[in-house]
Amino acid sequence: MTQDISNVAYQVMWNRLISVVEEQAQALVRTAFSTSVREAGDLSAGVYDTEGRMLAQAVTGTPGHVNAMADAVAYFIRRIGRENIFEGDVYITNDPWEGTGHLHDITMVTPSFYGGALVGFFACTAHVVDIGGRGFGADAASVYEEGLYLPIMKFAERGVVDKTLMQIVRGNVREPDQLVGDIYALATCNEIGHRRLTEMLQEFGLDDLTGVASFILDNSRRATLERIASLPQAEATGEMTVDGFSAPITLRVKLTIEKDRILSDFTGTSGVDKKGINCPLVYAKAYACYALKCAIAPEIPNNAASLAPFEIFAPEGTIVNAVHPAPVALRHIVGHFVPDTVYNALDKILPDTVPAEGAGCLCNFQLSLRPRTDMAAPEGAVRAEVLTFNSGGSGARPGFDGLNATAFPSGVMTMPVEATEHAGPVIIWRKELRPGSGGAGKQRGGLGQHMEVGAREGHEFDFQAMFDRVRHPAQGRRGGGAGAATTIAQDDGPAMQGKGKQFVPPGRRVVMAFPGGGGYGDAKARDPSAIRRDLLRGYITAEDAVEIYGLSPQDIAAVQDAITKGEDF
Amino acid sequence: MSPLQQKSIRLGVDIGGTFTDVVLETGADVFSTKVLTTYAAPEDAIIDGLHQVCTKADIAPSDIGQIIHGTTLATNALIERRGAKTALITTEGFRDVIEMRTESRFEQYDLNLVLPEPLLPRQMRYVVPGRMDAGGAELVPLTRDQIEPVVDAIAKAGYQSVAVGLIHSYLNDAHERLVRDVLAERLPDVMVSLSSEVSPQMREYERFNTTVANSYIKPLMKSYLDRLRGRLAGEGVGCPVFLMHSGGGIISIESAAEFPVRLVESGPAGGAVFAAHIAARYGLDKVLSFDMGGTTAKICLIQNQTPKTSRVFEVARTYRFKKGSGMPISIPVIDMVEIGAGGGSLGHVDAMRQIRVGPESAGSEPGPACYARGGTRPAVTDADLVLGKLDPDFFAGGSIALDASASGTALVEHIGQTLEMDAPTAAFGLAEVVDENMANAARVHAVENGEDLSGYTMIAFGGAAPLHAARLCEKLGIDRCLVPPGAGVGSAIGFLRAPFSFEATRSAYMTLASFDAGRVVTLLTELQAEAEGFVRSCAGDATVLSEYKVYMRYKGQGWEIPISLTQPQAKAPDAATLETIFAEDYTKLFGRPVVGLDIEMTVWSVNATTPPQDVASVDQTAKPPEAQTVKTREVFDARLQSFVTAGVFARDQIAAHAVSGPAVIEEPETTVILPSSRNLVVQPDGCLDIHIKPEGSAA
Repeated sequence: MTQDISNVAYQVMWNRLISVVEEQAQALVRTAFSTSVREAGDLSAGVYDTEGRMLAQAVTGTPGHVNAMADAVAYFIRRIGRENIFEGDVYITNDPWEGTGHLHDITMVTPSFYGGALVGFFACTAHVVDIGGRGFGADAASVYEEGLYLPIMKFAERGVVDKTLMQIVRGNVREPDQLVGDIYALATCNEIGHRRLTEMLQEFGLDDLTGVASFILDNSRRATLERIASLPQAEATGEMTVDGFSAPITLRVKLTIEKDRILSDFTGTSGVDKKGINCPLVYAKAYACYALKCAIAPEIPNNAASLAPFEIFAPEGTIVNAVHPAPVALRHIVGHFVPDTVYNALDKILPDTVPAEGAGCLCNFQLSLRPRTDMAAPEGAVRAEVLTFNSGGSGARPGFDGLNATAFPSGVMTMPVEATEHAGPVIIWRKELRPGSGGAGKQRGGLGQHMEVGAREGHEFDFQAMFDRVRHPAQGRRGGGAGAATTIAQDDGPAMQGKGKQFVPPGRRVVMAFPGGGGYGDAKARDPSAIRRDLLRGYITAEDAVEIYGLSPQDIAAVQDAITKGEDF
Repeated sequence: MSPLQQKSIRLGVDIGGTFTDVVLETGADVFSTKVLTTYAAPEDAIIDGLHQVCTKADIAPSDIGQIIHGTTLATNALIERRGAKTALITTEGFRDVIEMRTESRFEQYDLNLVLPEPLLPRQMRYVVPGRMDAGGAELVPLTRDQIEPVVDAIAKAGYQSVAVGLIHSYLNDAHERLVRDVLAERLPDVMVSLSSEVSPQMREYERFNTTVANSYIKPLMKSYLDRLRGRLAGEGVGCPVFLMHSGGGIISIESAAEFPVRLVESGPAGGAVFAAHIAARYGLDKVLSFDMGGTTAKICLIQNQTPKTSRVFEVARTYRFKKGSGMPISIPVIDMVEIGAGGGSLGHVDAMRQIRVGPESAGSEPGPACYARGGTRPAVTDADLVLGKLDPDFFAGGSIALDASASGTALVEHIGQTLEMDAPTAAFGLAEVVDENMANAARVHAVENGEDLSGYTMIAFGGAAPLHAARLCEKLGIDRCLVPPGAGVGSAIGFLRAPFSFEATRSAYMTLASFDAGRVVTLLTELQAEAEGFVRSCAGDATVLSEYKVYMRYKGQGWEIPISLTQPQAKAPDAATLETIFAEDYTKLFGRPVVGLDIEMTVWSVNATTPPQDVASVDQTAKPPEAQTVKTREVFDARLQSFVTAGVFARDQIAAHAVSGPAVIEEPETTVILPSSRNLVVQPDGCLDIHIKPEGSAA
């Protein structure tokens, strides 16, 4: 069959493939069981050619899956073996090093056949709420304790699901129905992608993806290289210190911009921690790459070619290149700090481009709830795992304030409080902005948030804290002030740790304040109308308005009068 | 005959951002007009238009038997933030729900992203203690004396309208009702909206935001509806007035004043009903309706002659129509995308030297530069005029004389000078950008609904759509487009085709394992009574049909799929039947069912509606004779990127003829552009049936 395909048709097909993966991701959201996937969007989906090169990826809440997904399919092809790939197969893994960084991410790959021949692969990943082991948290000393490990293997062969595998899975996790449901949802999501691809091949009269794959990869490579070539060829270092678990962690990067690539070298970064906050290289690479793409080439879609010029190196055994069997459950904590570290270097090469440091890692926590054990629990008391995703403030930008309680660099959504309370016997008593927490500056850092959580009557729980910036708040940039630090305590007083599993007895609540973003530029240079508005809305306190921003007593009185009168300006 | 058809003289009125369309139907005859929307007192335009059509039809206003009204006033008030002074009372600890949104960025790669401001800034949001749990039980009581201080503050600040949104109120509304009681005693003139009434569904952000939106526009809409009633009475019009709602049906003026958020998108909903009616006449199962007016363009998928509906939608998207960049409104609604692209949308050049168009609109006052009413910035209409698509002496039937030189000056000053373009090139750029924006919105909407637009037929209406429809078809690969008669006033005609209907919904959780048939019957009966009550208040003793829906999912999932129940299934529900229907529908959507999991029901809805009007199908013509060209003018063809000589025809003089592009078909309310790539046939019902030219024919 002759295939005289114009550039325009390829352009349309490229757009179509991007739509296909967006739809694939949408199907996963609609069918998933874990709140992390269905409410928060912690998932990704992509389409690959027969070589395992990623052609398109859905833009979802998880930049951390970007490169990880790009590399994963090649591992699947190698482990399964080309001779064992059949129509109707579906493969599975949660290998942190060959998947997306921790056992809680299940990756599934489906070969796509058209007219009896393999034409490509669909892959998708989702963060599940439980995978057994110690439960989601930082406490494990090795990956063996973190849960059930599924090496790359077949979930289904020629359409027949491996029942033995599913029995093993069911027997090893706390929420078997939910996990099995999620695994099916992942398989469904690839199936939807496969159907749409088949339609596309029919519509354009193609036999395979070869032509469109080269078109996508060639154009993406060219566009990315042009963008890099237009940057100053220079190098700079960036550094940031955060709480870590056992000891503070210093992340250090040397950024080198060359004519046709950008190298991020993490030599000098702290070594692995004893506990599960270590990060496999693939995940650190994803966030370094994401940070650079945002600043340099935001509109070029992600695929094997557009990602290739962003190279990353880190010595084995550093916390951004943890190797098996290091514990890695909370690899997102270190991963989410990689962009700020990269920006601390990039700001020296490209001024007025990147934001100040922000809250960085998501302010997540998980509750393992159970009927109280100190006395008889009421009838109807249950066990449940409840995970929530929450965000502090983002760093102020050169031209704009930071975003209040909005995730960066992660893009996941929070779960509605009402949905969370349906997921288990948990009560969220407070979830609102944290006034005064944004770092001062010409542009103010985004506000963090207050949260307060407890169990329903007759329950106790283990609280898995996954917070940072308790001792290392987000620093401002170019004269901007630091954001407020994280705080956490029990409502009756006792302090709690920022990370790790901690018991909370019946009737007690955990009281938290999540960090604000750093400010940008000198606070004295802030537009007075922005200061008055901040005070009007209660984003800053009256004391800060006077002491940091120099607002006059008359202005303060005018703002307070406006509040009483219900005015806005 | 349905009660709608018995009222022989009926008036449809659609207030758009730029024009107010008025359609009078007397039996088989239709009289219509467009008048400029009068922002300060929108009823003025209605009265003006009413007199115009009554004169045309030679009847007295008092002869009108029924008025159906729809309006974008509610939508525009939300988009332009022109609502009342409004406060929110919410649960302590949750003051910022409407501001924190989903805590995510709707555009992942933009470091300078700015999130839209909430409708009410933080100082206008108040909290009270008290708390319900996820089972609807009271965790923490709420007392009157805890509410009093908040009411004091609200009284002192002088708020006109108050929204009450408390956590889990969709399960137990006792605290919300208490707050309303205290407000009513102390501040009887303040309007109150409860989230448990406006949108009784789980997910606090959507519910609170919907309630705030309702409160925000309530005083405005109520006073408008009161004035309208007064003015109509003054003109001797004593007939009932009904309002079109966002779900594509009609409700009473009292319900509309209480829940004005249900009027959001009412004009566009009328348009979708209009398009569905045309689709039925032509037996089309896959239709993309394209409605472009003065301020916005609306795109809706109509499958099997029924517009797609949804339980939640987003208004006022702020960032390239991106999902998540607007605000969610959860009410029963016809599912469509609306973007800021209309005849009045203004063009400018941004910092990256790119031409941008909209969402800012010149509206009717001052209007585009060519209206010569003081507008100096170029609008889409200015570009259309310079490109020869409009006749300056025949715009709106000649009622508004257009000044082409003013358009040229505006285009050169605001676009041409920066980009070194002459007026026609700047006009081409502006028109091409707005067309691409609309085509993109259509593509995205199709993808979000799992649809592929090839094989679809476009139905184009609204004052500006026929000027742009064929270019959109070229961009979208759509081969056929219908421009029905009355295209310029399509929404208003749609109002006259809509049934009386009201959808009542409620969240109530139950699994199939613990299925309680008695509870289901009670719930559906209550919802049915509520919905039918609204319909009866308009339709009297007419036949009322009930459509029952339950939203189901596997327990633990977050998204439900709607399952339709027949009347017998709703009257005698059983778990086994529900399970079978759900498994079938789930498999159809997602490929395979999940085995061994319990199934949960979350939201229940009953839509009470009068029966649809009868539709006569059209006996379609294939090859009528070519119309004789007597007049031509130069019109720009975007695909060919050059001016071409186009035949100019009056629509009322080409009945039962065919026309080959390039051509211009003129009528009082709009102008149809037929590019070089297309031919058209005038069908017996007056529809212009536009087809792509057969391959190989001269372009």
